[in-house]
Amino acid sequence: MSSQLALAVRDSSTMLRRNLLHARRYPSLTLNLLLTPVMLLLLFVYVFGGAMSGGLGRSAYVTYLVPGILMMTIGSTVIGTAVSMATDMNEGIVARFRTMAIHRGSVLFGRVAGSVLQSVASVVLVGAVGVAIGFRSHDATALEWLAAFGLLALVALALTWIAVGMGLGSPNAEAASNAAMPLILLPMISSAFVPLHSMPGWFQPIAQYQPFTPAIETLRGLLLGTHIGNNWWIALLWCLGLTVLGHRWSRAQYDRDPK
Amino acid sequence: MTGLAIAANGLRKSYGDKTVLDGIDLAVPSGTVFALLGPNGAGKTTAVKILSTLVRPDAGRVTVGGHDLAAAPQRVRAAIGVTGQFSAVDGLITGTENMLLMADLHHLPKAEGRRVAAELLARFDLTDAADKPASTYSGGMKRRLDIAMTLVGGPRIIFLDEPTTGLDPRSRHGMWQIVRELVADGTTVFLTTQYLEEADQLADRIAVLHDGVIAAEGTAEELKRLVPGGHVRLRFTDPAAYRAAATALTEAATDDDALTLAVPSDGSQRALRSVLDRLDAAGAEAEELTVHTPDLDDVFFALTGAPAVPAQSTATTARTATAGTATAAEENAR
Repeated sequence: MSSQLALAVRDSSTMLRRNLLHARRYPSLTLNLLLTPVMLLLLFVYVFGGAMSGGLGRSAYVTYLVPGILMMTIGSTVIGTAVSMATDMNEGIVARFRTMAIHRGSVLFGRVAGSVLQSVASVVLVGAVGVAIGFRSHDATALEWLAAFGLLALVALALTWIAVGMGLGSPNAEAASNAAMPLILLPMISSAFVPLHSMPGWFQPIAQYQPFTPAIETLRGLLLGTHIGNNWWIALLWCLGLTVLGHRWSRAQYDRDPK
Repeated sequence: MTGLAIAANGLRKSYGDKTVLDGIDLAVPSGTVFALLGPNGAGKTTAVKILSTLVRPDAGRVTVGGHDLAAAPQRVRAAIGVTGQFSAVDGLITGTENMLLMADLHHLPKAEGRRVAAELLARFDLTDAADKPASTYSGGMKRRLDIAMTLVGGPRIIFLDEPTTGLDPRSRHGMWQIVRELVADGTTVFLTTQYLEEADQLADRIAVLHDGVIAAEGTAEELKRLVPGGHVRLRFTDPAAYRAAATALTEAATDDDALTLAVPSDGSQRALRSVLDRLDAAGAEAEELTVHTPDLDDVFFALTGAPAVPAQSTATTARTATAGTATAAEENAR
């Protein structure tokens, strides 16, 4: 059993190295995915900011916006995960891996580990842009910063597994990109850009309980000291549920005989 | 254990209601080259996918390298190397990085991995391109890198699915040389091909796969014997001469559109003279005469029922060929 675990760790880290090599060799692939959240951040702060913030002022709106943009960054990064997973499946290289005496799940584990690392790096980059245009967290303790990072990593893990499942289920890269679209569209209808109470009443429950809003509200609470309420455990439940679901879905698809 | 590298009994596989493999048996002795020959869509790739653990069969017992495919797939995987029809290289990274990836997955120590990678890249003439991304390689280079990657773990049994499809003649001959070297090292090679010449050149034993069943199996010589005799082909330009000759040579298969006759013949001087004498007696003069000795093409077409060559009038063991003979006889009777 322990030798099985050693095999899993060893082969998964080989696969992780391969994915990180891709990311390092072709940084434009990763950076392109950051364009959407960064553009939206700048657009909403400098163009729509005046109308959106409702007289709050630009710096207050930047502070409101950044936590949501960080979550959206994860959604955007994992679209790349879905695309590269689908590409891998079509390239024949995964067929080669399947005929080798390696740990069966290592292809997926390596992909997920790489994608989570990529997401965290992306969050740091986009976060830096946020700080550059005026985002400040005044009273967050070291523990709260740690918890914020932990939350971002958990969201990245959950969304990555879902994206891997989408990539495996798509016949090609284009289809994978389309399938993963909701991961960047969902933040649009969350509390990322405007507070829930400004939305129509019938829509508020949808916006409130979809995965992004509780995560964004928890992040805001940790970094800005706003009220977290029950958002933290709803966010954790979402992360746990999506991770388990995405993992099972991905494994089932991967174990199925290829066409 | 047994001297068989690959043994399959009653292998079946269907996708939906389309039966791809309808109970095939295979026996490949260790250290030999076995060719699975068949037209596109015959089920060759499916057979390779099953034998290489990629796809599970619906029924049938298979052992590869002495290990049961269903019970111990990981042991089978440890014994084999697979080069599929579509290149299984990572185009985004370099040739060397592809090789080192394989070395890592085979758990070779770092230094040994580097040595094996460099050796194989040199052996397959890829040293100059080793540090370029594999996506920039030509078709032949990709195929060579693919095989080099397959060899990293030193597999005892290698599957090559249509290794030369899409390659230019020079690359194809290079690939044949590679296969010969592998066998010289004692490796068992299972290859699929749609080229008869390739099977004839490389394989110790050949199985012809057609419509999901093995239509014939044996050495190239044995298969050629399945279609006895060659034929003399006579081409006419004058329809009257053609009709006269067809009347005189009753055993010939006729092709009224092309004005050609195919007279069964072993190609000997005596047989040729007999044909010529009967043509003279009928007063028919052929525009062109060619002697066709049997090769694997005849076997292939006879077994798979392709109409390119007129069927022999002598009875053969092949089912489809018998049908061809009947129509030829009917035409002769007219």
